[in-house]
Order: sequence, then C-alpha cells, then structure tokens
Amino acid sequence: MTESSRGDEPPALALQDIDKRFGATRALTSASLRVRPGTVHALLGENGAGKSTLMRVAYGMERPDAGMIRVRGAAVRLNTPADAIALGIGMVHQHFTLVPVMTVAENVALGDHGALDLQRTSAELRELSDRTGFALDPQVRVEHLSVAAQQRVEIAKALMRRARILVLDEPTAVLPPSESATLLRWLRSFADQGNAVVLITHKLGEALSVADDVTVLRRGRTVLATPAANATTASLTDAMLGSADAGEQSTRAPAGSRAEGGPAMPPVFRAERVTVVDAAGVMRVREASFVIGAGEIVGIAGVEGSGQRELLRALAGRLPIASGILERPKAVGFVPEDRHRDAVLLDRPLVENIALRGAAVRHGIIDWGAIRTHTESLMRSFDVRAAGPRAPMRTVSGGNQQKLVLARELDADGATGPRAIVVENPTRGLDVRAAAQVHARLRSIRDTGAAVALYSSDIDEVLELASRMLVVYAGSVREAAVDRDVVGRLMLGAEPRGRR
Amino acid sequence: MRAASRELALAAVVVAAIGGATAALLVAIGFPVGPGLAALWTGSFGSWYAFTSATLVRAVPLMLTGSAVALAFRGGVLNIGGEGQLLVGAAAAAGVALTMPAAAGLAIPVGIAAALSAAAIGGALWAAVAAHLRVRYGVLEVISTIMLNFVALHVVSYLVRGPLQEPTRVYPQSATIADALHLPRILGAGRLHSGFVLALVLALVAGWMLRHTAAGFRLVATGESPAAAASAGGIDVRSTTTRVFLVSGALAGLAGGVEVLGVTFALYENISPGYGYTAIAVALLARLDPWRVVVTGVLFGALEAGAGAMQRDAGVPATMVAVIEAALILAVVAAQSIRSRRQAADGDSYTLPADA
Amino acid sequence: MSDALTPFLAATIRTAVPLGLAALGELLVERAGLINIGLEGAILAGAFGALVGASTAGGVGAGFAVAALAGLLIAVLFALCVIWIRADQIIAGTALTLLSVGATGTLYRALFGSTGAALRTPTSEPLAIPALASLPVVGTALFAQPPITYLLYVMAPALAWWLARTHAGLALRAIGERPEAAEAAGIAVDRMRVIAILAGGMLGGIAGGTLVLAQAGTFAEGMSAGRGFIAIAIVVLGRWTPHGVAAGALLFGAASALQYVFQAMGWNVPYQVFLVVPYLLTLAALAGALGRARAPAALGRTLEPGR
Repeated sequence: MTESSRGDEPPALALQDIDKRFGATRALTSASLRVRPGTVHALLGENGAGKSTLMRVAYGMERPDAGMIRVRGAAVRLNTPADAIALGIGMVHQHFTLVPVMTVAENVALGDHGALDLQRTSAELRELSDRTGFALDPQVRVEHLSVAAQQRVEIAKALMRRARILVLDEPTAVLPPSESATLLRWLRSFADQGNAVVLITHKLGEALSVADDVTVLRRGRTVLATPAANATTASLTDAMLGSADAGEQSTRAPAGSRAEGGPAMPPVFRAERVTVVDAAGVMRVREASFVIGAGEIVGIAGVEGSGQRELLRALAGRLPIASGILERPKAVGFVPEDRHRDAVLLDRPLVENIALRGAAVRHGIIDWGAIRTHTESLMRSFDVRAAGPRAPMRTVSGGNQQKLVLARELDADGATGPRAIVVENPTRGLDVRAAAQVHARLRSIRDTGAAVALYSSDIDEVLELASRMLVVYAGSVREAAVDRDVVGRLMLGAEPRGRR
Repeated sequence: MRAASRELALAAVVVAAIGGATAALLVAIGFPVGPGLAALWTGSFGSWYAFTSATLVRAVPLMLTGSAVALAFRGGVLNIGGEGQLLVGAAAAAGVALTMPAAAGLAIPVGIAAALSAAAIGGALWAAVAAHLRVRYGVLEVISTIMLNFVALHVVSYLVRGPLQEPTRVYPQSATIADALHLPRILGAGRLHSGFVLALVLALVAGWMLRHTAAGFRLVATGESPAAAASAGGIDVRSTTTRVFLVSGALAGLAGGVEVLGVTFALYENISPGYGYTAIAVALLARLDPWRVVVTGVLFGALEAGAGAMQRDAGVPATMVAVIEAALILAVVAAQSIRSRRQAADGDSYTLPADA
Repeated sequence: MSDALTPFLAATIRTAVPLGLAALGELLVERAGLINIGLEGAILAGAFGALVGASTAGGVGAGFAVAALAGLLIAVLFALCVIWIRADQIIAGTALTLLSVGATGTLYRALFGSTGAALRTPTSEPLAIPALASLPVVGTALFAQPPITYLLYVMAPALAWWLARTHAGLALRAIGERPEAAEAAGIAVDRMRVIAILAGGMLGGIAGGTLVLAQAGTFAEGMSAGRGFIAIAIVVLGRWTPHGVAAGALLFGAASALQYVFQAMGWNVPYQVFLVVPYLLTLAALAGALGRARAPAALGRTLEPGR
C-alpha cells in the first residue's frame, strides 16, 4: 500500500481506520482516506466495496464504530449532516435528495435556521450562478429540471453553505457523456481554487483523467492509496478486484463474441410507428419503428425521462401501446430495475417467487411439489446459491436474486415460440462478480436464440453487451451504431459528428 | 425448527408480559387481583359449561370476524369495519327471519340458510362501499370502514326504533325470532350452537384456500407486494383487492347473522361488544393465518367470557379486556418490527444503504 | 329565519372547535409524512383527562392541562411505536385508539363508579370579546364563546405563518415530501417527526378537553364518537393547509348544526340522520367530492430504517 505524498498543509479531509458494521455485516474495516487540499481525489471500488458508506460517515449520516475523522488537521465528531455541513463538507448524492415539488430556492434554503427569506436566497443563487457559470433559475420547481440541472442544484446548495470539501457520489452515472465532461472540468477548476473534491466512482477512465490522487476500497478496506500519476488501469483493476480474480472476472467480452444473430434472423419484436402513453396520459414514445431479432442483444440508451422506461414496458407487454403495430411474443420476460419492489416477494420463499410467473392465469389447486422441483432445476441451471427453494428471498444475495429473476423470466413454461426478455439496469446494486455473472448469463441467453432488449443508465454497460443500439430521445427512437460518441450525442438530441 | 420455537417463546413472553401488566394495573387501581384472576379463570375454562356456553359461544363470532380480518389484512386490505359489517349482517338476518312466512311448509334449514345468506350478502355490500371508495377514489379503507361502523350503528338504532321494532313499541329492539329459525344447539355442549361448526369449517377452508389454491396465492402475493404481483405476476390487483374485501365483509356479516340466530334471537343496539375490533387482535395474534385464528378466537372468547365473570364476581370493569387486547396488538406489532429489523441487519450486502 | 341563524352559527362554531383543534394537530403530523389514527384515542384520553383534572384539582384550567397531558401520553406511545420501533403506523394508531377506549372506560369505572351517575365538571363560561361580540348576527355566535374557541382562531393563521415563513416550517414540509432530502440537508428528521406527533397529540387532548369542559360538562365512555377520524378527513378536505383545515372544520360544524335549521323549519327527520351526516361527509371529503389536493408525497409511507 503506497502512501500519497505528504504536503506541508494538513489534509483537507482525513478518515483513519474507520470501522462500520450493519448488524452482522462489516461494511468498513480499518478504511482510510486522505484528501489533500487543492486536489480531486477519486475513491474507487466495485459496488459493495464501501465507498458510499465511507463518505456517508464523512458526511455525518452514519456514525463509525471506530476510527477518527479529521478536517483540516483537527479531529472532529460528526453526529449529523448538520455537523458536516458546518465544517464545510458538502455532499452530492446519487438520488432523491431534492424535494421535487419545491423550487430551487426552497431546496437550497432547506436546512438553514430562523426566518425564511426566499427573496434573499434567490438573489444569492443568481449571484452564485454568475460566479460559477452554472445556469440556475431559483423559481423553477425541481421536478421540472433535467437530471444534470438537478445535480447543479445540489452542488449550488453545497456551495451556498460554503462547502470547501465537495463529495460527489457517482455523479456521472446518469449523465450523458457531454454533461459528464462539463462536470468534470468544473470540478477540476473548483479544486484548483484550493478546495477539495472527492469523486466516488467505479469508472477507471474517469478517475485517471481528472483525479490527482486515487484511493481504492475493496470489501470495506483501503487497499491502495496513490497519486493518480502512479496508477494504471491494470493496477487499479487489480486493486479493485484482488489480482487473483482480475482475469476471470473481466466483463469485457472476448473479441468476436458479439451476436451471431441480428435483424437478418426472423424478427422477434417488430414495431411499426408505435406510440406509447404513460399512466398519466403523457405521450412518451412517438412513432417508433424498429426490429429486434432472435439471438441478439439490442441496447437501448436514453437519459432518464426520454421515454425509454415506457418503451421497455411496452416491449415487455406491461404497458399497452396507444397506436401503431407492435408484434411481440405472447410471453415476454421482464427484469425491472427496482427488483425489490416490482419483481420479487422479499419475505416469501423462492418457490413462491417462481410461482409468481403465471399466477394470474393459474387456476384451481396449486401443485407446490411440482413448482418446488421446477425451482430447484432453475436454481441449478442458473447457479443460484441459496439454502434451498424454501428459503425466503430476503436471505439470498442481490446477485443470486437477480439470477433467479432472470431464470424465471426466461422460463417459457412450456409455451412455444421464440424466447424474449427485456432487461432494465440488470446489475444495479450488484458487485462486480455478480454483475459479471449476469452479463455472462445474458450472453448465453442470446446464444440460445432469445431476443434481448437491454437498457442501462450506465451507457458503458450497454455498449459492452449490445450489437446494435436504439437511442431514445424525447420519445423518438433511432437506430445507431455501437459507438460511444454517436450514442452520446443522439441521447442529447444532437446529430452525430460527420452527419449533415 | 428453530424459527417456530423462537416464535413460541416470543408468544409466551408476550402473554406473560400482558398478564403481568394486567395484574399490575389491577393492583394499582385497587382491585382484588386474586379474586379477579380467579374469576377470569372460572368464567372461561373453569367448567365444561363455562367453556362451551361462555367461551366457545363468544369464540364463534370472533373466529368468523377474525378470519375476515385475517384474509383482508393478508390481501393488503386493512378492514377495520368488521363491527359495522357484522351489524349490517345481523340486521339483514333479523329482517329476513322476521319477515319470512311463519314456518308454514318452509323447511327449517332453508329458512336459516336464507337468513344467513342475507347476513353474508349484507356484510359484503357494506364492505363494498369501502372497497369502491378505495379502488375508485383511493380512500384509505382504515378510515372509511371506521366511518361506516358508526353509520351502521345508527342505522341499527333507527331500525330497532322504527321498521323493525317489536310490536309493543316500547323497547329499542326487534321482535323475537321464531324458535324454528334458531340455530340448533350442539348436544351436550350447553348453549353452544351449530354456528360453531360453521365458523370452524369456514376458518379451515379459508386457511386451506390461502395455502393451496391459485386464487389464494394471488391474494397473498397482492398483500405482500402489489407492485410485484402486478408486474411480475400479471395479477389484477384491483379486482383481487375488491374480492378479498367482499369476502371479508361477507364473513363478518355472517358473524352478525350467526349471533342473531344463535345467541340473541333478536336485533338490538348492543348486539356486539366490539367483536369487530377484537377481531383485529385475534387476527394479528394468529399472524393472519385462518387456521391459527381458531386458536386465538377461542383465546379471546375466553378473555371476554372471563371478563364478564370478573366484573360480576369481583367488580373489575370488563373494559380491562380492551386494554389487554390493545396491548397485545402493540406487543405483536412491536415484536414483528424488531424481528424484521434484525433480519434485515443480518442480511446481505444489498441491504446496505445506497450502493455501499 | 334570522333567529335561527345565530343559534345555527353558534352551534357551528361550537362543533367546529374540537374538530378544528384536533385537525390542526393532525395537520402537523401529516405534513411530516405520518398518519396518526390514534388521534381518536388522544381525543378520548383528553376528555377523560379533563374530567380527572377538573374534578380533582378543581377548575377548568386544570382540566385543560390534564387533557393536554393525556393527549400527550397517547402521542408518546405513538412516537415510540412508529419512530423508535418503526412499527406500522396504521396498526399502531388503531391499537392506541383501542387502548384509549379500554383504558378510559376502565379507569372511569374504577375511579368514578360504574355506569350510572354522570359526573358533572365545571364548564367554561363564554368570554365575550369587547367590540366584536356586539356585531349583528355573527357577534355573539363567533365572539361570545368559551375562550378555547379563540385558540382555534389564533392557531390557524399562526400555523399558516409558521409553515410558510420559517425554516422550521420548510423543514417539516420537506420531511413530509421527501425525508431523504431533509436528512441530507442536515435536518434532524426523526426529532422533528416526534415533535410534530407530540404537538398533534396535545392538540387532540385539548380537543377532547373542549368536549367535556366547554360542551358536555361530563364524560361518557366513547364520547369522542369518531371525531379523530373526522379530523383526519378535515385535513384532507382542507388540502393540508391550516386555513383550509379551519374552513373544513366549520363545514362539518355547519353540517351538524343543520338540525337547528331543520327544527326551525319544522322538518321532521329521524335524529339518526344528523348523527350520521358527519361520517358520510367524511367519506365524501376523502373521496374528493369536495375537491382534490395533492397529499404530501411521503404521507403514510413506511419509514426508512432508523439510525
């Protein structure tokens, strides 16, 4: 473990030997982080390594069981986020930390004390907006803002509280490529002014391109802390995964393993001028026409709110189409992104979760014995690790839950016709090992001739697996090559470079 | 199995705590604990007569309403309206029983069946109001069913002072129901009537249905997670919810009909000492399983029977039972919350906040 | 007709006061994202507390004080269940109402003898507000009422100001919309929820005290008669704003006071109809028959795991 070079100034933020348990699970074991002033510090690790937990400790949202926190050299005790904010630590979270129905000004004012003066807050916001180059309208309700704009509000909120240490949790995860670049440039300049930035990310390229220092967490421990100049993709990957497994667990597909299928094969999904309207009656997909054939993975890309959600559900048959023609198999599997809410019964046994498929049409007496046997065979063929078919879903790990859901959704249950599955953010919340297994599973499903429609808000994941892309922007769907730049621009409604 | 014995231990602790607290409260208010608890026992289990004619008789409506609540809660419907549905069922049964042509040529079972069917239908219709309000307008059924309880109370009050009042027009109650339409007593069991068999059978059927039928599974899935039931199971959550609401209302209405034909033989205002509310405790303690409701129904029947004796013989207010019931509900709810918190904490990495 | 108007208005106000006070308390709780079905229990406990306070310590003031404490006690239990143990709000609230019914009944019989002689308490005399009470028609109806009435007049605008114009009010509103956002902004979410629950319980207790000390002059088992649930409906009807809640309470008051109008007109209707009107009106209000508003987004949602 290499130590970062010591400057004369104390670190802006130092976390030392932090322990944290949640019940029987040890989230952090002797984890450490030293952020030098005036730097961008990338905190790397796979999902479940403890990055978010460590920074929640730094922000006062979790209390460590052991260890020390120092801000600008002085030891501090953080009981609540208010303490962290008072010390100049600001955090920009991944989700859900703005109140949608309140305006930008109200959201920024939230957390202060005394009498409320929104006029003054608005004026200060406008001034901040000029100073930083962020475009911010204090009177707009947050629910009407794009994801990138909401992120700017969160940053503005931190800046208004005079944050000098800015922590961002996977900020580029849901941004289109050009907005990511803008954000990273801004963070760089913020750091150059003498402030500190902690960038929690799992994207190596990003980390290496913008960070001064890098710290890697694995299984709750700090396994590497070094200046970015001394790190390479390989050394970081080794650290993140543990070198012994690095080779096997790569999610990069070997060259030439892309689809043998494709639109030349008989189409499994065929859409002709399909329009989809959401539950509130708003049109979300407009006149989309495309095909998805057997034996291919088609990637769907789009920023949140572009209509991709409704498109996926229409393909899966969970949402009716408003007009046009959509030909699809009768039984399409669907793996939604919020698996806990929409796909499983957490407190029921695995066998009942399997029985969920087809529950609506089943009648009479249930043959639990047969379903149990079936569950066991699915568990075997998809390598689902659990105590047995009677174990409650809750006791099974995230990766295994996801594999079981995949198994269930692919199960045609004796029906004839091509198999088809729609998958939404399939590796959300899974660690790299589990994610790799899910990816491998998707590839093998494709190889057996199923048609797979895959969406992920992580554009790189989609580009990994897909052989063709459909980009959704403001309801319109366009086909595109599997090219990061092309897709990135189409996601923003811009024309790809080189086109007239 | 370790889980089951841990549950039993938990239940024992809960019961002991309640018993202790009750005794403490009695002492605090200055009531004779010894005679009080003794009366509680003799009134409930002390003799065969007490067991059949006090405990089991009270257990009948509790088993029916308990099953009603258990099914509803299991399906995600918080039906607190058992009391009102029972009253409407009672009124319907009384209405039919009193206006049917007097026995001439009509086989007894048919008459009884007609009255009981009316009771079930009445209860179902009363529940349907709340069901419709929930499905169509999103009204919380907890509140709507309680409101309807009050409405039912006043409807019965009006009926027994008006259209259904007994012929002399003196007392706020209906005429007495003809002997021919009384539910037959079970031989050798004191005042216990055949409604007991009906309640038992229905509870057993309900429990079996939940475990072994496709419809039962749909109910369970809907109650566990309406989103998953709809998305992954394709289940029509609205119609499943409505159906369980109606069945629940029917069972509670049936309880009213059974009380009228088997115990009171007339309709009057205080026909139910809060069975609909006690049913909640019965169902929760039974962990929403109709098979266990048989046991908890008897337990609470014993409590209520004993409470009556406690008041008569030792002067302890019978309202103590409501305190015990509430304490039981709270204890069960607290225990469940603590248990699922511990489960989540022992769980896997996916339970950590955010993406860890 | 005008001689029916003043008693009608007076009856409207009289009925509205306990409903309005309880509803304002519940408003605070619901703006914090919680539903307290135990409000009914708090009102009943408050009524009983008023009896105890007024008859033992003597005086209306003591009565209201004990009433508030009794409501507070129910609220403490609710907070323990919902905030500490994270139990289901609806079931906990229902259990607490049951507990209150049983406990007040038991204690009443134990302390004051079993069913029979109704105990009388001192009642609150009307206090006329100098200039306003002389207004024609509305003067005596609105401004010559027991002093507790004026608490309602004052609380509604006070709460409205507090919610809209202070950071604490903004924080409470944020908790009811998106608790994660409030927490990230440094707000002590659970602490504020507890304070809202306690305030709501106290107001419920005071509402119960009003029933005894400013209206009935006695206690009867179960005398809250569903007012707690009606108060919850009034919060919906009032679109979760203090002035809306006050207006909703007046509406319910008017509906109940209709019997005076009917009597004056000589229309004969079974008295049960008037008893039933508030409950039916509640159902109508909840169903949005009197307009729909957006509830606080996090209302009634299962609470996030505690720390």
